[in-house]
Amino acid sequence: MRRFLLIAVPYLWLVALFLIPFVIVLKISLSDIALARPPYMPQLDLSAGWEGLKSFFAALDFENFVFLTTDDLYWKAYLSSLRIALFSTVITLLVGYPIAYAMARAAPEWRPTLLMLVILPFWTSFLIRVYAWMGILSNEGLLNQFLLWTGIISSPLTILNTNTAVYIGIVYTYLPFMILPIYSALERMDDSLLEAAEDLGCSRLSAFWLVTVPLSKNGIIAGCFLVFIPVIGEFVIPSLLGGSGTLMIGKVLWEEFFSNRDWPVASAVAVILLLILVIPIILFQRNEQKQREANG
Amino acid sequence: MTRFSWFNATALTLGFAFLYLPMIILVVYSFNASQLVTVWAGFSTRWYGEVLRNEEFLNAAWVTLKVAVISSSIATVLGTMAAYVLVRAGRFSGRTLFSGMIYAPLVMPEVITGLSLLLLFIGIGLDRGVLTIVLAHTTFSMCYVSVVVSSRLISFDQSLEEAALDLGCSPFEAFRLVTLPIIAPAVISGWLLAFTLSLDDLVIASFTTGPSATTLPIKIFSAVRLGVSPEINALSTIMIAIVTVGVITASLVTKQAAVRQARDEQLAERPL
Repeated sequence: MRRFLLIAVPYLWLVALFLIPFVIVLKISLSDIALARPPYMPQLDLSAGWEGLKSFFAALDFENFVFLTTDDLYWKAYLSSLRIALFSTVITLLVGYPIAYAMARAAPEWRPTLLMLVILPFWTSFLIRVYAWMGILSNEGLLNQFLLWTGIISSPLTILNTNTAVYIGIVYTYLPFMILPIYSALERMDDSLLEAAEDLGCSRLSAFWLVTVPLSKNGIIAGCFLVFIPVIGEFVIPSLLGGSGTLMIGKVLWEEFFSNRDWPVASAVAVILLLILVIPIILFQRNEQKQREANG
Repeated sequence: MTRFSWFNATALTLGFAFLYLPMIILVVYSFNASQLVTVWAGFSTRWYGEVLRNEEFLNAAWVTLKVAVISSSIATVLGTMAAYVLVRAGRFSGRTLFSGMIYAPLVMPEVITGLSLLLLFIGIGLDRGVLTIVLAHTTFSMCYVSVVVSSRLISFDQSLEEAALDLGCSPFEAFRLVTLPIIAPAVISGWLLAFTLSLDDLVIASFTTGPSATTLPIKIFSAVRLGVSPEINALSTIMIAIVTVGVITASLVTKQAAVRQARDEQLAERPL
């Protein structure tokens, strides 16, 4: 009886407030698709003619379905979210790896402090950390003031409200997620392996490529997913730092919901976003599983 | 052997400068006398006064705090239960679904969580306000709590619990007297995590709230959409200060507790 209660309480909570809401979203998005299909078909007829209709019937796979039921805007937003997520993951890796590496090489008595310093920003409000960049990147902001003062530029750069600002914001806020798993992989690494590689004639650089990087592979993979997955659905960064040209699906969903009040479309956007995320999430879980097994 | 290397020193200096400079600039400029945020016009605490006199900010802060305390406390109880179920309850039907529901919210985009909960609340006709934000925050933060607590549950010696049961404890007593003290640091950090997640959350709160309840992040977001303001700088600085003090205190306390516990465990292992 006690065991039953112990299981039932959190179980039912999650079913009621996680699973059921999800089913509702799915249902609303599907009912929308069924309702919205007819008005979209003539549109297709006009724009693509017979060819478009034929391909519509010939290839009734999911992608076409979505393409037909949604606007151009959504596709562009999904693709642009993926692109921004991909590039920012790569940049975060390039910035984060040296930091994680240096932390793992630091004297052992320094490591807890360094670790704390990486974790601390994670506890401070995400919103505030993004907001901090608004003052730095604006036209009359500190970065421009500094660059003008040094004479590197003669007129202020427009950074705020562009994709560049979005990249900076993403790298800044997600950096700890990249550093931590790589650091924990590198910290466990046995230094004697590097010495062995160097003794066997490796240069330091090739020892790094052949020993350090492969040994930190799981950390790199985990860090990349921890950045990539949440960035795809990111809302705060594109809406504060991005401009009208920044298309990200989280922002589109938000606007669909709060500005256009089109709930079925917002639900459909959410369902497809989730379908896009399923693959990286599964890959991420598999990597975690592998790592757990490797650690015993 | 660790050697001093210019590469490592540069990486750390630049890395931490990148992580901390924006915050330091924010804090410094919160003491700026000028209305124009990017022009330095001398030291002043004027904006702090403005923030503390701003009724809207204070009300929003109160709502946020209320939501965070209630939701993180419920989330800690539910999350600890969930962790216990995951680690100790063995097989039961629907276990895969259960663990899936624990891990899924961790990777779920906030916009989706928010949207789905809102559609539920509308579906069952629940008035949106503090209650709905609390329900939403509890749901996602209990998953974080359960991950933190279950990692501690996995790592400790189950035979301690079994010994308590053998010595005549009821399962609940064994949990209260043996398990809970051991996992307490994890439970506390779970609560802290849930608390800060709730304090921070903008997206889910925006979806699940109604006109009656505005949280601080919602308030800040609508203010900063219009641009940088010295008042928000001051408010941010207050929040950064609270978090910094809180996190450092918490880490010192848990570190002390861990040291004490390690010593106790060592003593317990020594043959009599």
